[in-house]
Amino acid sequence: MHKRFTTLGRILHTGVLNFMRNISLAIAAMAVMVVTLTIILFSIITNATFENTIAQITNKINISVFLNDTTTDTQAKQLVADLKKQPSVHRVVYLNKEQALQSFIKDNKENPATVTAASQTGNPIPATIQVFPSNLNEIQHLKEYLTTPEREKLQTPRSPSYNGKRKEAIDNITHATNVLRQIGALMVAVFAVICALIIFNTIQMAIFNRRDEITIMRLLGAKTSYIRGPFVVESAIYGLLSAVLSVLIINSAFLASSNALQASSLGLLDINYASKYFGDHFWALLTLQIAIGIIIGTVSSVIATRRYLKFKTK
Amino acid sequence: MILLDRVTKTYNRKLGPSLDRVSLHVEPKEFVIVVGQSGAGKTTLLRLLTREERPTSGKIIIGGIDYDKLKDKDIPLLRRKIGVVFQDFKLLPNKNVFENVAFALEIVGVSNREIRHTVPKVLEIVNLKGKEKRMPRELSGGERQRVAIARAIVRQPRILIADEPTGNLDPKHAWDVIKVLEKINRYGTTVLLTTHNQDIVNKLKRRVVTIQGGKVVSDRANATYDGK
Ligand SMILES: Nc1ncnc2c1ncn2[C@@H]1O[C@H](COP(=O)(O)OP(=O)(O)O)[C@@H](O)[C@H]1O
Ligand SMILES: [Mg+2]
Repeated sequence: MHKRFTTLGRILHTGVLNFMRNISLAIAAMAVMVVTLTIILFSIITNATFENTIAQITNKINISVFLNDTTTDTQAKQLVADLKKQPSVHRVVYLNKEQALQSFIKDNKENPATVTAASQTGNPIPATIQVFPSNLNEIQHLKEYLTTPEREKLQTPRSPSYNGKRKEAIDNITHATNVLRQIGALMVAVFAVICALIIFNTIQMAIFNRRDEITIMRLLGAKTSYIRGPFVVESAIYGLLSAVLSVLIINSAFLASSNALQASSLGLLDINYASKYFGDHFWALLTLQIAIGIIIGTVSSVIATRRYLKFKTK
Repeated sequence: MILLDRVTKTYNRKLGPSLDRVSLHVEPKEFVIVVGQSGAGKTTLLRLLTREERPTSGKIIIGGIDYDKLKDKDIPLLRRKIGVVFQDFKLLPNKNVFENVAFALEIVGVSNREIRHTVPKVLEIVNLKGKEKRMPRELSGGERQRVAIARAIVRQPRILIADEPTGNLDPKHAWDVIKVLEKINRYGTTVLLTTHNQDIVNKLKRRVVTIQGGKVVSDRANATYDGK
């Protein structure tokens, strides 16, 4: 047990020493790693933000079913119950004529003329069922469901009516998000590979610089893990430092953007939400970045050392 | 302790075997000198024992370890049992005398406290006391050779292999090195020494195994060597 700690301590110590000795190589490797991790972090935040934007838009979408004044309460309740059973329906809100009027007045507060007109003619607002679809693609299906002859009989001629942004507009946003997501994934993959290759090369150079020492260690009976350990530690340090740097970069980017532009949105990207998401998940994101950095570092150095540590005996 | 049975090593088929059906049996605590001219196969023999090379055919058993059954991952454990003094020293140029010797202990997980306790004792055995801080380039050939010996014995191996440790030394320093080896042998370590230095062989009066062209041509106790 004590021996294990002695060995582990020596591996860590040598790893840190080598890191400092190879600082110029290390800086090059870390620069690429910082770029990679920053792209990864940016992709994560953007993705979460887009998801939030889409969710918000989707939440506002509903279909209003306006009921004829001749439709009975029982028929209305029956339709509500039927709709609730539909898997394509997320939520149903039923407003009787009086509730519908109140809601109308509330929605048109800034428009007193309209409100007066509506209330003076007796209640012209029909009882309304608001149907919230479980997702965007169900809207067409819901429309078909509501326009069968026996259901159409219950509704005013304007019914059913679609509220919120048009489906095409939302489809466009979703499509753009998917494309961005794919580009992000591709960039992450490309940079992760470049980064792994650079670290691979850096470690190979570090091994080359210490090849005599490694040969002697081998001849004196050092275990593979003891020889490999310091190189793995060295590249894990690249991962750790790069992860912290990438988080700092994103952090200062948010600070700069909130100071400079008072902008709340940058094209599609809701900066306010992105910034809040980053703040709320700071520690989780930092941990994730460190984990990714250390994994990229250790995996590439384990592969880089493998060839040199084989026993040459045939 | 060391058993070789008809061991053959062929590096390159066209050039023929460097060792040809060599059989050798060394008892514990024995002091054996392997002699032969340059290119006879002495280093090859030692490299087979440390598993730097594998025999083309034949059987090797050392300290109960059958090399046919030895897995790659167990090679470090084997090497920890054998102390080796290399023909070219193999000291680390950027470590001082103390650190070079300590290195052999560090890599096997010996604590710093134990290292501080053991290394000075071993440096005393090889008469290098007071030179702990010297770098290898600041030492004479004989001193470097003694650092290499100190490193080979610091883990108290039961077997010590020394490949021409007197090769580049003048007679006085060569004899210093040999005296250290005899001392270690008296402490109970099996010593296998290669050389082509007649004087040393004749003065030591030990068991002498002569190799010529990869073959054992004689194996006698209390023997002398005429350089052939
Ligand atoms: N790695 C190798 N590859 C090919 N031939 C080798 C190798 N090592 C040694 N030899 C050959 O094997 C023979 C014995 O060499 P060696 O064992 O070094 O002899 P010695 O140590 O007695 O001088 C020589 O002919 C040498 O050229
Ligand atoms: Mg030789």
